[in-house]
Amino acid sequence: MGSTLQVQNLTVRYGGFTALDNISLNLEEHTTLGLVGESGSGKSTLARVIAGLIAPDEGKILLGSQELLKKRSREQHKKIQMIFQNPDASLNPKHSIRQILAEALLFHKIVPRQQVEQRCKELLARVHLEAKALDRFPHEFSGGQRQRIAIARALSVEPSLLIADEPTSALDVSVQLSVLELFKTLTTELNLTMLFISHDLGVIHAISDTVAVMRQGKLVEKSAKDQFFTRPEHDYSRELLSAVPKMPNTTTAGGYYEPRT
Amino acid sequence: MMSTHPVLEIEALSLAAKSNEALVHNVSFSLGKGETLGLVGESGSGKSLTLRAILGLLPRGVTQTGGVIKSGARSAMVFQDPRGALDPLCPVVKQLAEVVYYRQQVSRKASRMIALELLERLGLPDSLQRSDRYPSQLSGGQCQRIVIAMALACKPGILLCDEPTTALDVTVQRQIIETITSLQQELGFAMVFVTHNLAIAANLCSRLYVMKAGEIVEHGDTLDLLQHPSDPYTQMLIDSVLPLPELEGGRMNG
Ligand SMILES: Nc1ncnc2c1ncn2[C@@H]1O[C@H](COP(=O)(O)OP(=O)(O)OP(=O)(O)O)[C@@H](O)[C@H]1O
Ligand SMILES: Nc1ncnc2c1ncn2[C@@H]1O[C@H](COP(=O)(O)OP(=O)(O)OP(=O)(O)O)[C@@H](O)[C@H]1O
Ligand SMILES: [Mg+2]
Ligand SMILES: [Mg+2]
Repeated sequence: MGSTLQVQNLTVRYGGFTALDNISLNLEEHTTLGLVGESGSGKSTLARVIAGLIAPDEGKILLGSQELLKKRSREQHKKIQMIFQNPDASLNPKHSIRQILAEALLFHKIVPRQQVEQRCKELLARVHLEAKALDRFPHEFSGGQRQRIAIARALSVEPSLLIADEPTSALDVSVQLSVLELFKTLTTELNLTMLFISHDLGVIHAISDTVAVMRQGKLVEKSAKDQFFTRPEHDYSRELLSAVPKMPNTTTAGGYYEPRT
Repeated sequence: MMSTHPVLEIEALSLAAKSNEALVHNVSFSLGKGETLGLVGESGSGKSLTLRAILGLLPRGVTQTGGVIKSGARSAMVFQDPRGALDPLCPVVKQLAEVVYYRQQVSRKASRMIALELLERLGLPDSLQRSDRYPSQLSGGQCQRIVIAMALACKPGILLCDEPTTALDVTVQRQIIETITSLQQELGFAMVFVTHNLAIAANLCSRLYVMKAGEIVEHGDTLDLLQHPSDPYTQMLIDSVLPLPELEGGRMNG
């Protein structure tokens, strides 16, 4: 069974407010779709519907040939993982990092019990955290460290579809770079299909094959990455690309400094 | 540049966990009135803890083990995790109006007006005027703007911003930064701005401090530091900034 994701005519309303307005979107197997757009345009809502956390008012979602309903099988829970915009939402504050990681590994029978400890350490190493983190609790970590724990947890169960909602927003650019490398390695190793939401267009450029743009609950553009970044179709996309803050003219990074007026 | 009367002076600040593990070591800087200073660096290097120490609100399990913080003005903080900073059980306009009421000493009615005006300046939906919402009913970037509004409503002399625009799209981000800087000109507060976005830091801050593993590894005039970094870690950070291709037909003016 494939992992092509099809979103068909999805509409979500919160009371009288339409947060997703008839969205249709195809995400091809083993590719990464970067989703960008206005704050409040419905990106996290779309992520939550695909992850099965809210039921749509209209429309449906297919993964391969299977329709994804709100109620999901254990197999579907394993296959579809989500990294939340707010990492604390997925980290139980009363559990140590060991418990958080081991629980997912055991529940989905990823490794035999005697290998759990070893696997937990490997997972932390992949997100640049030391093994001594295992005995600590979420509140003892910095924002970016918690984000990395949430990434490790989502990846631990070897999903085939990963929905990542701003997964690197709290990371310094150097750690961010290595986490993006990790995502890329995994897309090959696990044949991952990925929906990657970010406001950071540099990140979107580094990770995506295709870029989709949302505004006010609607999908306004979907283009191949290179086209989106050089010749976007929609005016709003151009507006976004024009507003990216630029580095001053340094010896290494591109772009030049536009002084504030 | 440094003004003659700093509003904030930190000398050799050190913080440690209850296990005695050093978390922040020997951090010093001073901040002039109306100045904006940037704090950038490694994830987990102690940026948020430094801000919290200035605010006088260290998390449980962390204590100050050395140094002095001399502050000549009231500070307010925009927390890194906006959802965690809001009361989930209180609607947001009500929460903000409450802060205005206590901090600005105005009537209930006026505090609501001031709150709504602030929300409008920060580009939040005007439907909030008619029906207030709980934090869970707002998007990530909307919550972040509420938290910015709450800090501004305190009329601080020092505004501590911890990654205040990570959940905002770049056009809203630009609008919010412009709003904050124009309020800064109006009200004259000084700012410590923590960000992972070096381009924002370059545009906003006169001086930059780079942190790694609890210490300041380098500091200096922003442009100078970004163009001629002397520490290899700073150089590596600059090299890790992700490039973007040129937009054909040029950028639009915002
Ligand atoms: N539970 C809710 N009840 C009512 N409105 C809601 C609720 N959740 C979200 N909304 C509204 O739906 C819209 C879409 O929210 P969503 O969180 O999907 O946006 P987003 O694109 O992820 O934004 P951001 O980039 O700021 O995270 C927003 O305008 C938000 O205010
Ligand atoms: N309550 C706590 N108890 C023990 N250690 C803590 C606590 N809070 C933070 N730390 C540790 O202190 C160090 C500095 O944390 P801080 O939150 O200041 O980092 P930061 O520079 O803000 O990082 P980020 O960019 O990831 O947000 C981290 O290594 C973190 O694990
Ligand atoms: Mg969101
Ligand atoms: Mg922090």
